[in-house]
Amino acid sequence: MGANKKITLKTFRFNAETDYLPYYKHYEMEVGKDELILDLLNRIKWEHDGSFSYRRSCRHGICGACAIKVNGKATLACKQNALELVALFGDELLIEPSSTKRVIKDMIIDKSDFWEKHAAVKPYVVSNVDPRPEAESKQSIAEFNNFLDSDLCVQCGACHYSCPALEVNDAFLGPAALNAAYRFTVDTRDEAGDERLSITAQGGSGVWDCVKCFECAEACPKEINPIEKIGKLHNLQFSRGVAESNIATRHAEGFLRGMKKTGYLDEADIVTYSEGYLGMYKHLGTAFKMMRVGKIHWHSGIPFINSIPKIKNLDEVQKLIEISQTNKL
Amino acid sequence: MSKQLHYALFTGCTAKQSTPELLSSTLAVADKLGIKITILEEASCCGASHLQDFDEFLAHVLNARNICYAEKLGLTMITICNTCQLNSAMTKHALDKDSELKARVNEKLAEVGLEYKGTSEVKHFLYTLIDEYGLDKVKDKVTTPLSHLNIAPFYGCHNIRPSELHEEANGHENPYVPTSLDNLIAALEGNPVNYESKNKCCGFHVELQANHTSEVLAGNALLDAIDNAADIMVTPCPLCHLKMDTYQDSVGKVMGRDVKLPVLHMPQMVALALGCTEKEIGLNFHVQKAKHLHTA
Repeated sequence: MGANKKITLKTFRFNAETDYLPYYKHYEMEVGKDELILDLLNRIKWEHDGSFSYRRSCRHGICGACAIKVNGKATLACKQNALELVALFGDELLIEPSSTKRVIKDMIIDKSDFWEKHAAVKPYVVSNVDPRPEAESKQSIAEFNNFLDSDLCVQCGACHYSCPALEVNDAFLGPAALNAAYRFTVDTRDEAGDERLSITAQGGSGVWDCVKCFECAEACPKEINPIEKIGKLHNLQFSRGVAESNIATRHAEGFLRGMKKTGYLDEADIVTYSEGYLGMYKHLGTAFKMMRVGKIHWHSGIPFINSIPKIKNLDEVQKLIEISQTNKL
Repeated sequence: MSKQLHYALFTGCTAKQSTPELLSSTLAVADKLGIKITILEEASCCGASHLQDFDEFLAHVLNARNICYAEKLGLTMITICNTCQLNSAMTKHALDKDSELKARVNEKLAEVGLEYKGTSEVKHFLYTLIDEYGLDKVKDKVTTPLSHLNIAPFYGCHNIRPSELHEEANGHENPYVPTSLDNLIAALEGNPVNYESKNKCCGFHVELQANHTSEVLAGNALLDAIDNAADIMVTPCPLCHLKMDTYQDSVGKVMGRDVKLPVLHMPQMVALALGCTEKEIGLNFHVQKAKHLHTA
């Protein structure tokens, strides 16, 4: 046991029933090379303080109960080797619940927002199943592989409570719910795809409110890459014709307008086209500031005046857009 | 004397439009360090992750075309924008690991006489400075140490996440404990500010459709840096720069506090330490003025 290391767990403590404010308690312990974060939580409870509370169940990374944060990093306690995190963060580990503002007791949080959002995307196969089928309902391996990784979600909430968009915007469905929406939408047995796509297309709550930070991809203990699924939902909205023309969809499609003309994004045009001329008033203050320092020019965004240089071999880009574009708004 | 470093520079759109100071300071740094740069004048927009939302396949075709031009020169393609880096790397990885997709993309590229092979690396300039040029050598060239400045490194999401995509190009930077920009600041003898928001999101990408979210995220990061005594912030990403520099007035209104912090592009900071003047690095193009940086 030469690999043992003495570390300190700076641990978040709070009982919503009795405490006015949360506090941190320090627990020192020698940690062996094979110990998991869950083992350390057990040791706090068994060796230091029996009142310490946390969720645990399967101990195999499949029930999702023991998700917490260690030094801000989303961690499924039963999958994470402790000394790996010591190597990353040093000899003091900060042990906190997934979301400090939702704490009931210590590591236990109220996940009702997570479950409400999960339920909102109809996370199940919607289908009129023939009770006396003549044959099996078959799915090819390729069709199955479309959603295989997204099906591995254990609803631990690691991505959900690492999402900065959700911290600011309570309405945002978040990466876990959007992953579930994707998983059932591309299931060939399912018949509610368009409904799910329109739920997830809503401004304020749907895919367009994702800030593209990739925190969810980093947080997921099952390596699902939820933001990749959010990207696929974006594409499905266009390919299945569900997308409506609005500020967000025009912002995505509008990149092609500048690229066809110069090869570059037209920074002024993308704002005008996405917002519409009436929506432009919101940006006048910023535009003026940018103009004053020379970031944009008085003629930026005015059609027929070229304010942007052209790339070399622009015809190639024009041709490639013409022959490769697969989606339309 | 080792062989001169030579890179193909993918400028991206902002360096050609709203942040010309990024391009000029990048070229100034390369010049001072003796790094040869060939600008890929054929390269188009990377799609900035928005075109990807609309039409992923088309975005792959266009990004593969950009990389083709670096391959033709037999050079590593360097980027000076985190989002250009992300989208170029996403296409490179997708094509390099999926031969069927690569064939479909090449079928389109053949129509304009190009072929994507996968022979060029795609790397952000920050990491070529560190991994290939070397921080010790950068340190040797410093003529104007930044020791009077507390500098808040702001990493920008798309250079550090998803870590699996970037690990070869960014020297296995850990997204929870990034160090590259801190080390660069230290090499220029500046004082790196340690603050929680250094690896967080600036909100740029939802500026239009989710403005409140965008303003709060930028505000959180700027105020965190200010509260930790930063004199300036520095970022390798011009999109982070645009959000954090241009919108400080509106961010301040949302946050209910004054937000005033000069935000520099990473190459501007390096150029400053290598002896370039404030004019040479284009500080006049900033909305939040950064004056007297040599003596602040």
